[in-house]
Parts: sequence; structure tokens; C-alpha cells
Amino acid sequence: MDYFLELFFGGLTRGSIYALIALGYTMVYGIIQLINFAHGEIYMIGAFVALIVAGVLTIYGFSGISILVIAGIIAVIYASAYGYTLEKIAYRPLRGAPRLSPLISAIGMSIFLQNYVLLAQTPDFLPFPRLIPDFAFMEPVAHIIGSPELVILVVTIATMVGLTVLIKYTRIGKAMRATQQDMSMARLVGVNVDRIISLTFVIGSALAAIGGVLVASYMGQVNFYIGFLAGVKAFTAAVLGGIGSIPGAVLGGLVLGWTESFAAGYVSSDYEDVLAFGLLVLILILRPSGILGKARKQKV
Amino acid sequence: MLKVKNIQTFYGNIQALKDVSIEIHEGEIVTLIGANGAGKTTTLMSICGITPPRSGEILLDGDPIHGMSADKVVQQGIVQVPEGRRIFPDMTVQENLEMGAFLRNNKQLVQQDMNYVMTLFPILEKRRNQLGGTLSGGEQQMLAISRALMARPRILLLDEPSLGLAPLIIKQIFDILRQINKESNTTIFLVEQNANQALKLADRGYVMENGRITLVDSADSLLENDDVRKAYLGL
Repeated sequence: MDYFLELFFGGLTRGSIYALIALGYTMVYGIIQLINFAHGEIYMIGAFVALIVAGVLTIYGFSGISILVIAGIIAVIYASAYGYTLEKIAYRPLRGAPRLSPLISAIGMSIFLQNYVLLAQTPDFLPFPRLIPDFAFMEPVAHIIGSPELVILVVTIATMVGLTVLIKYTRIGKAMRATQQDMSMARLVGVNVDRIISLTFVIGSALAAIGGVLVASYMGQVNFYIGFLAGVKAFTAAVLGGIGSIPGAVLGGLVLGWTESFAAGYVSSDYEDVLAFGLLVLILILRPSGILGKARKQKV
Repeated sequence: MLKVKNIQTFYGNIQALKDVSIEIHEGEIVTLIGANGAGKTTTLMSICGITPPRSGEILLDGDPIHGMSADKVVQQGIVQVPEGRRIFPDMTVQENLEMGAFLRNNKQLVQQDMNYVMTLFPILEKRRNQLGGTLSGGEQQMLAISRALMARPRILLLDEPSLGLAPLIIKQIFDILRQINKESNTTIFLVEQNANQALKLADRGYVMENGRITLVDSADSLLENDDVRKAYLGL
């Protein structure tokens, strides 16, 4: 039973990170039907910024959670700026172009950002400080769920609740939903759609950066390539849940995380990807638009 | 009040509007009738800044608005009820109405207007928390008009509000349009294929063919005009 719970929480932690990144893919897709392939790189940049800030703060004698918070905030600001700029220079000029063009642009930006970090930093893995201490109150359950997992879960859940409130109840959230449902009608009621699209990139990037910081401190290392791997997984989660659907991204992330965790625990870690992606194929055969995805209605 | 002067609008290389000029005075109901594909919708979309004209001028009280983005045009008080209603399908009736008032800050006045549109169309009160996509066609049209009214328009543009609706509902909607025009002195520019109904409601009418305005007259004279009767009224 303990083993099952350990795998359960391990999968939940992993899945919630996938979900956090998947939200960025799905929100952007929902509004401009673009797969932002450079999204994983934003996640990676978030982790790198946090690493640099953490290094500086350590010199000044900060420690543990306080570094995590400060580094996290700066990483979020930095990554948001990257996301904003990315949309402005790589996607906005291609608005109205055939759908393949921004897709190629996205792949180009992904490669560009990877190599930019590779050249500016290093191709090697860099150690990331362990910022989350072992809480004393976690000791009785430490064999099932560790302190880092707990912090990751709390932060991701809080972030998702915040996002839900933003989208459901605020003026800006309503404008985002309206833009997603009918962009030109949103313009006709006075929504500045360009600003909403920018905002979507900023929010998605902020979520990715939060994920990047959490994972980096959990895994203890970063390099320029981590964004690609995390990006592919999160993109898978978004498709699994139904791309364009926000609850779908969360659900897809969790399903993927659990599948990997249980496959690794009960079968073999060599098979976790095989089983996870096998499941993806199976679900897409049964439900081509994903678990919670809606088939796009033909507009008359 | 609104002056469209010699506008030309293109979709790629295809010219949809050729030298179109329209004038709408304060408090008037003006209609634009014409066949499918004549350029009626494009005329509205050009005014609203969705498909800006390549040349020509659009003036509101003498000030140019043809370079403005769509959201700025709404800010000037020009609000459109587009063809096909375009309700936000996954938002509730109330949220759709709130989106109509997106640019307004005075919550009290917005609430007041929300109550006003619900007295115009009591069915919306009953459907308040229902998703827009689940409403019937007639209810959606009522919601679409109400959503536009929530912006307190100076000029209300309507694109084929009668499309696909039962005669009884059409009558109800046209009655309400007359009431809106009288009660709050809202200027109305109505694009219709249902020429008979539209001309009966309007003060003046324009006839459009192949992207050009071919006739301008008072609505009563257009109803009597032989060419119009033959081409658009089926008489």
C-alpha cells in the first residue's frame, strides 16, 4: 500500500508539473490555434534565471525557501518578458499567414533559444542548489511523499486555483474567454485582442517558469536541453486532455504523470515512456479531440 | 452624424466595395438592402474597422474613424450586431451581456442597462445563467441585440437580424428596434435581405448591387419603386 501511495504521489507531482507547462500550450492554442514549440524553452530559461539568482543570493547569505521564492519571482518576470517578446517578434507579424508559417517560426524560435542558452551558458549540466529543506512535520510520511514533492504540489495547486479565478471571474479573464470563443466578435465588443494575446503568452510563460524553478530545484540540475524534453511531455499532456481546454491540460498532465509513475514502479522505468505514449495513442484513437476536448464546430 | 465617403474595400485582390457612400443622420433608422454577396456585410465590417477600406473616408461627427482599430470604433459609440448573432457560446447570458459593456466602467449604469434590456426581452432574465450556445435562434438574436445595447451605442449597426427566424419573432424584434430608436434616440443602420420588413421600419434606404450603391431614397418611395419591388420584394 505504501508503495502504491508513493507512486501515486510521485505521479501526482510529476503530472502537476506537466499540467503547469501544458496550460501554456493549451491557452495559446485556444486563442490563436498555434502550437508554441518554443514554450519549453521559456520553461528552461525560467530555470536558468532562477539558478543565476540563487547563486547570487547564496553569496549574500540567503538560504532555502527564501531563495526559492525570490528566484522564482525573478524567473517569472524574466520568462514573462521572453514570452511577450517571442509573440511580438516571431508570431504577430505572421498573424493571418497560412497556419504552417507561424508553426515553422515557433520551431525556429525553439532552436534559437536553445542554442542561445547553450552558447551563453554551457552545454554541461549545472548543479542547482537544493532549496527545499526536509520539513520536520513531514517525517512520518516521508517514505510516501517528500518535502520537495509537497512544496511542488502546494505551489502548482495554488497557481492553478489562481488561474481559474482569474479566467472565471475577472474582467480580463472574461475577455480572454471571449477572444478564445470568437475573436472577431470580441473585437466588436471592444476587446483589444492583440493585448489579450500578449497577455496569454505572458501568463503561459509565467506558469512555465514556475514549473522550471520547481523542477530544477527538485532534480538538482539544469542544462539548455531540459526545455525540449519537458515541452514534449507537456505538449503530449495538452493533447491528451484536449488541446484548447484548460481543465483538459490539467487532467492530461495528471494522467500522463500517473501513467509514467505506475509504469516505472510496477513494470520498469525503461518502459515508462513506451506506456505513456502508448496510452496517448490509445486515447486519441478513441477520442480524437482528447479527453475533454470538443470537436470544433463548423461555423455557419 | 456618420458619413461614409467613397470607400473601396478589398479582400486580397477582390474588390468588395466600389466607391460606396452612405450618410446617416442622428436619430434616423437607415436600411441597406441588397442580394447575397452585394457587399452589405463588408460595408458594416469596414465601418467597424474589421476590414478597413483601402481608400475613402469614414467620418463620425466630422472626425475620421477609418484608421481606427475595431475596439477604438466601439469606444466611439458605433456598435454592431453581426450576422449570425455570434453569441459567445460558452459564456452565460449574463456574461455575454457583461462583455457588451466591456469598455464601460460605471458599474451602476451597467447594472441599470442590464435591467433595461431584460425588460425589453424578459426571456433573457429567465435564461440568465444558461450558456449562450444553448439558446434558440430567436433568443440568441435578442441576446445579441441586448449585448450591443449594453455598450450604450450612439449608432447601432445590425446585420440581418431576421435571418433564420420565425415571422412572429422577426416582428417582435423589429418592434423592439423601433422602440429603442424612439426611447433612447439610438440611430440605427440596418442591413437586411428581408427588404419588405426593413423598409417598413426605416426612414431611408440604400440599395446595393455588386459592391455599389445603386439607389438612395426615402423608405416609402423605395417601397413604391418598381425596380425595387421586382428585385427585392417579389411583387
